Amino acid sequence: MDNVGIMRIFSCMKNRYDIAIVGGGLNGCALALALASGGFTVALIEAHKTQGSAKTQFDGRSYALALASTRLLSVIGIWDQIAEHAQPMLEIKVTDGRPGEGPSPFWMHFDHAELEEGPMGYMIEDRHLRDAFLAAISNQPNITHFTGAPVIGQKGLGGAVEVEIEGEETVNASLLVGCDGRKSGTAQRAGITRSFKDYGQTALVAAIGHEKPHGGIAHQFFLPAGPLAILPLTGNRSSIVWAESHDRAAEISALPDEGFIEALQPAFGDFLGALSVAGARFSYPLNQTLADQLTADRLALIGDAAHGIHPIAGQGLNQGLRDGAALSEVLVDAKRRGEDIGAAPVLDRYADWRSFDRTTLALATDTFNSMFSNDNPLMRLGRDIGMGLVNAVPGLRRGFMREAAGLTGDVPRLLRGQPL
Amino acid sequence: MPKTKSTERLSPMTTTVDTAEIAKFEAMAAEWWDPNGKFKPLHMLNPCRLDYITRQIAAEFDRDLDAPKPFDGLRILDIGCGGGLLSEPMARLGADVVGADAAERNIPVAQVHADQSGLQIDYRHTTAEALAAAGEQFDAVLNMEVVEHVADPLAYLTACADLLKPGGLMTCSTINRNPKSFVVAILGAEYVMRWLPKGTHEWSKFITPDELFDLLSKAGLEPVDRKGFVFNPVAWSWSLSDRDLTVNYVTTSLKPA
Repeated sequence: MDNVGIMRIFSCMKNRYDIAIVGGGLNGCALALALASGGFTVALIEAHKTQGSAKTQFDGRSYALALASTRLLSVIGIWDQIAEHAQPMLEIKVTDGRPGEGPSPFWMHFDHAELEEGPMGYMIEDRHLRDAFLAAISNQPNITHFTGAPVIGQKGLGGAVEVEIEGEETVNASLLVGCDGRKSGTAQRAGITRSFKDYGQTALVAAIGHEKPHGGIAHQFFLPAGPLAILPLTGNRSSIVWAESHDRAAEISALPDEGFIEALQPAFGDFLGALSVAGARFSYPLNQTLADQLTADRLALIGDAAHGIHPIAGQGLNQGLRDGAALSEVLVDAKRRGEDIGAAPVLDRYADWRSFDRTTLALATDTFNSMFSNDNPLMRLGRDIGMGLVNAVPGLRRGFMREAAGLTGDVPRLLRGQPL
Repeated sequence: MPKTKSTERLSPMTTTVDTAEIAKFEAMAAEWWDPNGKFKPLHMLNPCRLDYITRQIAAEFDRDLDAPKPFDGLRILDIGCGGGLLSEPMARLGADVVGADAAERNIPVAQVHADQSGLQIDYRHTTAEALAAAGEQFDAVLNMEVVEHVADPLAYLTACADLLKPGGLMTCSTINRNPKSFVVAILGAEYVMRWLPKGTHEWSKFITPDELFDLLSKAGLEPVDRKGFVFNPVAWSWSLSDRDLTVNYVTTSLKPA
């Protein structure tokens, strides 16, 4: 028996890791840190050169972190670094409105005072989150960070998967995780097809400065063209996510900052006083792209690579973090049992756990958007009554809040603030 | 870095067994390890069995399951190893594993899969009695879902006890004997769900937990723990139970030092 020779090949393989993560965005970073905390060795592969500057300028991008997501960030040592830069969302007001007409009499109001756990979530700027992740990753000996070269190939190799990075040595791992976004090359190379849906809208994203304080209140206006979310940042600033038709969005994008504010003003209203642009502006075409499978041979998908959804409920990053929390829990449990972490029975557990959540969330954001993005009088009456009802019944109201905070369902340990 | 094609990493048995045979073994190994195939019920139960076994061994031998290779230095026997569903995890945790099966065809199948997984496991076509007669000694013996199939349970368990070093541990699982286990394990699993081939189990050979504890004591072991394996049809998964030992259950016993 020449088993010893085989063992030697496995253990002496250079660049051998437990897990290779393709895509070093926020979800990939969080997953890498979670897995490293569970004792796994991780190769984190990012195609772009990563900007490691701690003094990065604010570029206008920010995220809504559900309460459960902040708990995960605490466990992996990130939250303490960024908490001082986070703006708690104390209240959420949802209003059905037409521009220039003001809100309809029917609206929903969610106040964190009704929720024993605290604020429903926090707003955090991209730069603070990213810098904290990069610092934590460089201090984590279990993570090897490859940056600046894309993955160009992947193939199964018996008990492992081999990942080819352009101009670099190959990396071997027991499991490959695709966190490479809506156009995931990892999923494509594995032959995973996607279901795609264009919403006919583009989201305009920007940070807005305003005269008056926001008081930690987030607003969601449902306008005929699409929703406008106003989310409180630290100081007298808010982040807006403003959905318009592709054509109108292209017009607005082309305007200089003053023109942009002029176009925004009727939808935004004047409750926060005079407005100004406080950072770069972005636009994203809105679509839903769901991978038809969450797993394949020695492969799991998380975040947008698995399911890119409508940003209407601000759940994109939160959903990706939830995927990562579930996957790392499944993997660390498997490792403690001595199971092969890349084997189908293990990956099936992750897929089973996440598929219910992702189906309901994709359907909910989809339905929500189509119900609210129109001016049909009957639809408007229907949704106004619905909102009035939710607002009037405390139990329903708390249910919505707990859902938004990520506290419902079969919650992974990390999202409950527990270590793996 | 070493470039290895999968064909080069085949079992070294290529020297003694022809390629068609190897292909057959690989196909059978794939069948054993397909979570949705013929052995689906075993795959569904496996995480729960492994949770129990790993925690019992870790507690007894004072090992930390979060450490790399926590079972390093332990010699473990997997009786009735089949395709290696328990042997491989034990080897991955660092144990020195012997997998024994009375069915000869399982041995090359398990071996091929262990080679593919890069694990070194000593698979043998043999029985507990033969290993005991040869004077083999182990820190732990995994005796899972076997005792309900043997002709003389006491003689079999005595052989298993002889295989343990003083202070060694044996996990032993089987199926309880009562009207519910008849309905669930035979009518349900074999006839309704068709999880197992009809005739896999004979109800009269099932053993109650008290009877098993009694047999283990007679075999010279000290039974220390018993838990139920309970199937939850809503979650569609198995879990461990302190109270419900009505159908599948597992025990731990120790050999006095």
